[in-house]
Amino acid sequence: MININEVIETNKMILEENLDVRTITMGISLLDCKADTVEKVCDKIYAKITDRAKNLVSVGQEIEKEYGIPIVNKRISVTPIALVGGGVCETTKDFVKIAKTLDKAAKEVGVNLIGGYSALVSKAMTPADKLLIESIPEALASTDRVCSSVNVGSTKTGINMDAVRLIGEIILQTAELTKEQDSLGCIKFVVFCNAPDDNPFMAGAFLGVTEGDTVINVGVSGPGVVKKALESVRGADFEVLCETIKKTAFKVTRVGQLVAQEASKRLGYPFGIIDLSLAPTPAVGDSIAEILEEIGLEYAGAPGTTAALAMLNDQVKKGGIMASSYVGGLSGAFIPVSEDQRMIDAVQAGALTLEKLEAMTCVCSVGLDMIAVPGDTKATTLSGIIADEMAIGMINQKTTAVRIIPVIGKTVGDVAEFGGLFGTAPVMPVNQFSCDAFINRTGRIPAPVHSFKN
Amino acid sequence: MKKTILTVVGKDSVGIIAKVCTYLAENKINILDISQTIVQGFFNMMMIVDTNEASKSLDEISDDLDKIGEEIGVRIQVQLEDIFNMMHRL
Repeated sequence: MININEVIETNKMILEENLDVRTITMGISLLDCKADTVEKVCDKIYAKITDRAKNLVSVGQEIEKEYGIPIVNKRISVTPIALVGGGVCETTKDFVKIAKTLDKAAKEVGVNLIGGYSALVSKAMTPADKLLIESIPEALASTDRVCSSVNVGSTKTGINMDAVRLIGEIILQTAELTKEQDSLGCIKFVVFCNAPDDNPFMAGAFLGVTEGDTVINVGVSGPGVVKKALESVRGADFEVLCETIKKTAFKVTRVGQLVAQEASKRLGYPFGIIDLSLAPTPAVGDSIAEILEEIGLEYAGAPGTTAALAMLNDQVKKGGIMASSYVGGLSGAFIPVSEDQRMIDAVQAGALTLEKLEAMTCVCSVGLDMIAVPGDTKATTLSGIIADEMAIGMINQKTTAVRIIPVIGKTVGDVAEFGGLFGTAPVMPVNQFSCDAFINRTGRIPAPVHSFKN
Repeated sequence: MKKTILTVVGKDSVGIIAKVCTYLAENKINILDISQTIVQGFFNMMMIVDTNEASKSLDEISDDLDKIGEEIGVRIQVQLEDIFNMMHRL
């Protein structure tokens, strides 16, 4: 039987160390929402989402109450809209109508974000893909809860540099359209290499075409719990350090597994995966950078950071994999700047630069995340930053992503305020040397040699 | 049978257990096990209870005990046992 110390330990994690389930994300396929006009497609999308997800929020709240574990977000991911709307959308305005429908459906069922305003163009773009991408600035500026992503590369296909070039411009347009709110639109857009089909985390969640009709995916969290556990082994050797992280990750993931099973049972849809990511929030004590400091760094970004992060990420996976048979999504430590108070502090102290963050993304999920740069950054420079990150993903056979915010009207030293979970971001300096001629080449970077495994 | 774990944490005082047990008895909740300990000066009590015959839903029991906890200055939590089993048992 359970003993009192185990109960105390679990409740301490929840009440004092910010243990929570970060998200229950319901994946809903929209591939069956076919019709001959955009309006009819929108009606079908709205009907399907509001039917499938009608109990999502209430079931989430029920589970929270019965087990005493907070479930921070209830969200929805859908089939990439470029595929859903490809047959009927003839203009960018048509795609924006679908975005508004998604927004309306999200509000109706009470989820805080809905992901999947996406296109998968890792090799090339169809006319529909291109239209969707061109509609992103308006779609994000005219909706509140819609998240968008584009997959522009993969280890199997190489990198679609035409899409990379276009997206540099799209990010700037999105920033411009939402400049009154510190270019807030850009925080709802991610560009990926090797995007997973079952990621429950926003802004990059979508339901890939390899998935079933409706599925429940769960993202766990718990940086605060790992940090607290490491406090008890200060000065110990690496074996003890790794063992402690693994055990903690196991416990955290088991809670996620329980919530996923319960949600799946009560909602009547199959369980897909648990995403093992350590996801920080701006709350004190809920930070990846604090774990790195506890491991022994003065600030995140100090020499040794990449090694410490690599070890942390690997141990989290080793502990988590034992706790659930279906692990998927991104599964790794997230290192968003604006959503992690100690990362913000590290940037402001001059310890953490864009280049160091890029190195860190080689060893963890997911990429350059929630990074504010000066609003006058050129589109080609943004594309260059994206291309670098995509290359890391392509060569290392891992997911990488970029969520970058050129904050219009702000420059290095200023701070962008996004509010809530999205936090605040110090504007970081960007390398000013040009990559115009590189980015303006057309075509794609071929698949790397190690993708030829057949 | 799904078991429920009831925890009481707070400053020790006379009558905490009596108050909680009275409520449980009134609502046909059977106590299977009780243990208590003092952690960092705080009173910690855990009860394993069976709510299957209870006259109220878990949701209502949880809200009622919240109120009782407030009255006597302790925090009372009611959670299904599974969360602890998942975390601490293979």
